Amino acid sequence: MKKRLWPGAPARERLMEKILMLSAAISILAVVLITIFIFSRGIPLLTQVGVRDFLFGLTWSPTRGEFGIGTMLAGSLAVTLAALLWSVPLGLMAAVFMAEIAPGPIGQVMGRLVELLAGIPSVVYGFFGLIVIVPFIREYLGGSGMSVLAGAMVLGVMILPTIINISRDAIVAVPQEFREGSLALGATHYQTIRRVIIPAARSGIITAIILGMGRAIGETMAVVMVTGNSTILPDSLLSPVRTLTSNIVLEMGYATGDHQAALFATGAVLFVFIVILNLAVNLSVKAGARNADS
Amino acid sequence: MPTARTYEKILTALFWFIALVIAGILVAIVGYIVWRGLGVVDLGFILEAPRRAGKEGGIFTAIIGTLYLTAVALIIAVPLGVGAAVYLEEYSRKASRFNTLVNLTMETLAGIPSIVFGLFGFVLFVIFLNLGWSILSGGLTLALMVLPTITRTAQEALRSVPVEYRENSLALGAGQWQTIRRVVLPPAWPGIVTGVILSVGRAVGETAAVLLTAGSSLNMPGSLSDPARSMSVHLYILAMEGLSLEKAFGTALLVVVLILIINFLANLSLRRLTGSIRQDG
Repeated sequence: MKKRLWPGAPARERLMEKILMLSAAISILAVVLITIFIFSRGIPLLTQVGVRDFLFGLTWSPTRGEFGIGTMLAGSLAVTLAALLWSVPLGLMAAVFMAEIAPGPIGQVMGRLVELLAGIPSVVYGFFGLIVIVPFIREYLGGSGMSVLAGAMVLGVMILPTIINISRDAIVAVPQEFREGSLALGATHYQTIRRVIIPAARSGIITAIILGMGRAIGETMAVVMVTGNSTILPDSLLSPVRTLTSNIVLEMGYATGDHQAALFATGAVLFVFIVILNLAVNLSVKAGARNADS
Repeated sequence: MPTARTYEKILTALFWFIALVIAGILVAIVGYIVWRGLGVVDLGFILEAPRRAGKEGGIFTAIIGTLYLTAVALIIAVPLGVGAAVYLEEYSRKASRFNTLVNLTMETLAGIPSIVFGLFGFVLFVIFLNLGWSILSGGLTLALMVLPTITRTAQEALRSVPVEYRENSLALGAGQWQTIRRVVLPPAWPGIVTGVILSVGRAVGETAAVLLTAGSSLNMPGSLSDPARSMSVHLYILAMEGLSLEKAFGTALLVVVLILIINFLANLSLRRLTGSIRQDG
């Protein structure tokens, strides 16, 4: 369908092609502009403070001109890893259930439920966490309740749809012959799932986990409402933390000068994280394509 | 092998249990918010302006703010997104460098955290273009955030239109754009609408980026250059500043109900896409 326009094509045809091309180019322009604007605001401060001191410095005291986001880097990682720890196994099992075990209609209903879960705004999750999960932790586990654990619980729910949907698609895409071959060799359904289907869907599952991780690191509203936001290094699941994203949303409202630049630098760090994870996804998808070819 | 069979039975039970847990999480969250919010929401809550920073009155201005922001985002993003999809699917070659670059940047846009969009919107629209905290700044930022969704769903919808449609139209002497407008877009429309509806959901729920670009004014916005507060931002501020738990539940309920309706409409429209192509073909 990619016909070149013939030379005598009416002017309108050629004009439309140009207009459509420009609208396609918007995304390129947007990414370039985002990169330029975020970095141009953040880099001067990064060089002034020094990349190492900025990333690993443990004191965040904008009024005294001390900008170290080490505690928040640790906070983001702690909350994200704790969320992945429970959300990945649960999500994977749910994906296997939907693709392999549930009867058709039940699988479809589950699909709709997961879609709804994905559609609920993060601020609603955060609100639910603040009203239900935080008091629960305070009551039964101690501390203020505002904690890594609360953040991990809320975030885990939020990344479930990403993990479930992408790994389910990967499992469904495993060729039917693989299943039939394994079953014909006398393997049970579960042996087939564990030894044949999951390994064959591996690259899709890895993609799902990486994208879930990206979502967790970038999430703001849900986390800021439940983790307490102290700039300290977390030493247990119950200690309060501040994440990179929370730092920005909490202080952007009143920050000026170097302080504001430091928040942009925080955003730049986040941006770099996300780009690295995106590259990892592309590699994983390519590896998957190679596997499928061989 | 009786032991193996018992083992498999336990596994099956475990899988069903996990499905129930996930369904339970959804029901618990939605149910709890409906239960606590239902007593708060009445006509007054929807139609009255907030008073005393939201402690009293309704959330009317936040509803209007949400409407404005979403409308601006869609007016910008829908033509651009659909246009991009048409170009990628109907004009450029799949393997061309331009095509790859657009797809890559769309993916990147889809993955960028909303807070980073907020920072970007703040420095470009609010400061650099001097639009201030306004509906326009917020809407422009939101437009970039929903662009990948609209483009991707439109691409899928265009792909689902059979090649014969295009060939027949071109064979009859129609130009390419004529073909796209008269023959390819009509059956793809429900799919495009699905993407638009999903984008409405994203725009309604977005909080961080809106807070940084549209501000959080509770005044009734009179024009596109006025600051505004969306319902999601209102919910965040009510809850974080401990202004009024009651009003927060009411706001959360309205947001959730809106999302449920949007989700339902998106599914409905998706079903019409498959329907329309089957009937015609």
